[in-house]
Amino acid sequence: MTDAPIARHTGLHTTAGARAKLAARYRSEAIFKGFGIGALLVAGLFLAVFLSTIVREGFPAFFQNYLALEIDLRQDEIDPQNTRDPKVIGAADFDAVVRTALQAQYPGVTERLERRAISNVISSGSGVLVRREVLANPGWIGSKRVVHVPVDDLIDLYVKGYMTAVQRTKGTSELEVSGLRGPVELSSSANSFSGIVDAIKVQILGRLQKARAEVAGRQRVVAQLETGLPGLMTTLSDAPEGASRVEAERRVSEQTKTLETARSEIAALNATIENFERRLRAAGQREALDRDLSSYFVRINGGVIKLTNVSASGAQGVVLVPPQTAAAAAPGSWELVRHVTPESSRRLPDREIIYAESLIERGLVTQSLSREFFLGGASREPELAGVGVAVLGSLITLVITLGLSFPIGVAAAIYLEEFAPKNWITEIIEVNINNLAAVPSIIFGLLGLAVFLNVFELPRSAPLVGGLVLALMTLPIIIIASRAAIRAVPPSIKEAALGVGASHQQAVFHHVLPLAMPGILTGTILGMAHALGETAPLLMVGMVAFVVDYPRSFSDAATLLPVQIFMWADFPEMAFQQKTAAAIIVLLVFLIVMNLAAILLRRRFERRW
Amino acid sequence: MFLWFAAVLVVVAVVAWSTGMRRARALSAVRGQQLHSLPSYHGAWLSLLTAGPAFLLVVVWSILAPRFERAQVLGQLSSSLTDFGPAQLDGLWRDILAIAHGGTPGVRDALRDQGVLAYTQLDLWLNLGLLLGVLALVVMGFLFAWGKIAPAFRARNRIEFVVKIALIICSAIAVLTTIGIVLSLVRESFRFFTMVSPFDFLFGLTWTPQQMAFRADQAGGTAAFGFIPLLVGTLLITTIAISVAAPLGLLSAIYLSDYASPRVRAIGKPVLEVLAGIPTVVYGFFAALTVAPFIRNSGQTLGLTVSSESALAAGLVMGIMIVPFVSSLSDDVLNAVPQSLRDGSAGLGATKSETIRRVVLPAALPGIVSALILAISRAIGETMIVVMAAGLAANLTLNPLEAVTTVTVQIGTLLTGDQEFDSPKTLAAFGLGLVLFIFTLCLNIIALRVVKKYREAYD
Repeated sequence: MTDAPIARHTGLHTTAGARAKLAARYRSEAIFKGFGIGALLVAGLFLAVFLSTIVREGFPAFFQNYLALEIDLRQDEIDPQNTRDPKVIGAADFDAVVRTALQAQYPGVTERLERRAISNVISSGSGVLVRREVLANPGWIGSKRVVHVPVDDLIDLYVKGYMTAVQRTKGTSELEVSGLRGPVELSSSANSFSGIVDAIKVQILGRLQKARAEVAGRQRVVAQLETGLPGLMTTLSDAPEGASRVEAERRVSEQTKTLETARSEIAALNATIENFERRLRAAGQREALDRDLSSYFVRINGGVIKLTNVSASGAQGVVLVPPQTAAAAAPGSWELVRHVTPESSRRLPDREIIYAESLIERGLVTQSLSREFFLGGASREPELAGVGVAVLGSLITLVITLGLSFPIGVAAAIYLEEFAPKNWITEIIEVNINNLAAVPSIIFGLLGLAVFLNVFELPRSAPLVGGLVLALMTLPIIIIASRAAIRAVPPSIKEAALGVGASHQQAVFHHVLPLAMPGILTGTILGMAHALGETAPLLMVGMVAFVVDYPRSFSDAATLLPVQIFMWADFPEMAFQQKTAAAIIVLLVFLIVMNLAAILLRRRFERRW
Repeated sequence: MFLWFAAVLVVVAVVAWSTGMRRARALSAVRGQQLHSLPSYHGAWLSLLTAGPAFLLVVVWSILAPRFERAQVLGQLSSSLTDFGPAQLDGLWRDILAIAHGGTPGVRDALRDQGVLAYTQLDLWLNLGLLLGVLALVVMGFLFAWGKIAPAFRARNRIEFVVKIALIICSAIAVLTTIGIVLSLVRESFRFFTMVSPFDFLFGLTWTPQQMAFRADQAGGTAAFGFIPLLVGTLLITTIAISVAAPLGLLSAIYLSDYASPRVRAIGKPVLEVLAGIPTVVYGFFAALTVAPFIRNSGQTLGLTVSSESALAAGLVMGIMIVPFVSSLSDDVLNAVPQSLRDGSAGLGATKSETIRRVVLPAALPGIVSALILAISRAIGETMIVVMAAGLAANLTLNPLEAVTTVTVQIGTLLTGDQEFDSPKTLAAFGLGLVLFIFTLCLNIIALRVVKKYREAYD
């Protein structure tokens, strides 16, 4: 017996050190797990942002605003001899017919500039549309018909609320106008315009702050350059003759130039700042409304007057739509309208908005699914451009791709899996197929260009060539998927067939292949989905064509959905950005349908042995 | 014309098939002898010999006849074509074909009408000849095969032989594709390297092919074909992409395979699959529309100057694109590590993350490395994202906030405009393509080698 106290059994993890270590281990476990969740969340977040951006951008482009325009199809203008000959009707000037019909909506407007603004309200392709309608219904000639023509893309965006916010306030006092045309004076019985004056001051303050920030930024640049330049000068004077000296000289002159521009910009900005400050300080004077401020309008007695400068109690303006009378308007019977976005920062002039508004008020503009988008082809006018032609082109191309790559791919898979002797030749073929699956798609485009276009002289931009290239590209995918599906069929099936006297080919074609078919089809659909979204190789074989009409054969010029997306993405117009996103939605819907089909096929027919 | 002949031959083949079947059955009944092969094989045999050679003739004819016609007709007109260039000859020929087939020609003049006359005559004769040839082949093939049909005739073996040959040809197409790629790239690149020295190409520091003079008499700038800026740009974007894709892809694969509950997996896997299914042109649009402006604006608030086509934007989006690729490959590799290793580690008291870091990952390392190499090869060859979101100017810089250009962008831009196959500007694309092909091929081979050499064989 010893007197030493018996150490209480403490267990493995109860010493302070062990506990701390365990806690640290659990912490690192949690951190590691957190990283895993984080990675997945980042991927999910990207997908969510991506999908919501595309849908938000693209969804409005599925719709288009149409103007119900009453058109007088006069016999003497379209078909004077009453021939009903499509050639005669087709040669008539429908643009003029549409223009007349549109101008009839604005009886008071006569000036050329104003008339041009009016004709900008509807799509410039309206004449062509009306011609098509009339050619389809020659009986219309000689009567008045209401035709729904698409409005211009900018007006369309305005109606959808993308151009500018519009604020309307009822007038609170009596208002009098000095005339019915040209520049007019507006005088109100109370300070009706003080709100505008305040809003202008707020806007000027905002611009003032922005200008100050810009000056600060420029000054930073200047300071940076001023400290850097002397050093550069010494480098220049020390530099030996030759390339490095030339380089140093170039940099010095470049930086001096930047310095000068920055300085002159600062001077200009300071002048504007001063101007703004003066305007802010001044009270009670007339404020001029320029293109960089929100636009203001007064709607009175059925007319519209654009304000050019305002004080609290009165204003000057230009008549855009003549009022019916010059009588003073009672409080509440006239309206102040503000287009919040300044005219200089949108592409749609005020005048056209006003003309469009008058049509909208009369209920002539209605929004509906865009025929042009779903059925149309390429166009420089956003409101007329559509994906219909590209969808058909994609379909034709995929038919060729499928028709080539499916039989060839399945045949190759059958041979390699069932008949090929195991020797170096089959080895090469196998390695080669695996490598081909990893070759960048653009290389297939180069192959198509060099072989199909240059050697075989097939037509450019034709679905035939696009289909061939995509077929070569999807072939390895289909072969690999088909081989996996064939391998998954148990050998007992084949052996049973051989056992009852089938030949090797009979066993394979009558028994193994049907059982492998669901797997093969799944792989094929996924390969086709891949081909549908492929763009790069098609650019190489000249599929970047401006195709307006539906292709009628395999060798007609065609464009494909992803290529159309690529081409539209380059156009600067906002309407085209939206159309691009809308076309992407269409493409994604096709892809989702194909992938769902593959999943269903796999669920329905997959067998496990 | 081709479609007509093909359709008629299909009908002929079907008729021959059923005739052959009936003939075989009848013979076996008459002679009281059992057939060696099933009647359908006799039918296939008869149908093959009747329609097959004729079909081959039609195919060859429809490839050769248009060239022959063009040579003949333009030869007849040659006296008035002395000052025509190749493009004008092409236009003339298109017009002649359009007039002859009732289309709308670009121009219509006496020369073209004369050509149409010659063409229609020649075409008539050629088609007559084809018709006679097809008829002769059909009749001869039918008679020969018909005579062979007998109960003892081994039709099945013949058909199976033909089928086997067809299968072999189909498998050879993959090899032919590779050969076609290599030959076309090498041939055009060789022409390129006769104009620009390979040394200048591989080690040059400036890339300005657009300054190539369009015509010989035009004073062009100095076109330079130095590959280094493109290489640096490509590697810069690839590095950004991989540094996004590798951690994200690997970590999500680990999480999905070792941690996630079935419910999380049921959401996480489809998310990655959807990312994998989005076409690259769509990624490109998103990069250019949303990501690039976002990066530029956030850079400006931080006081940085960011190009609107920064390498960062293209690289980030490309990284996201490759995440599912990395994660699905790593998932396979991680699942291939036997459960017994995990169990053993857990039995020693290791936590899950310790097991993964110290046991599973080392065991799966070769597979993961090869997955990453394949991902790099994918990133290098990716085209649409960089075409839409990266720049065109070849800046030699490592700053991810500046615009750089890549090999694939340059191939795309050099070939989407006018193509002239006698100018180094167009041929340079093939030189770049060759480099790209060799590069990705090497990476793929290395990836395979890594797996083969370092794989630990379990069970």
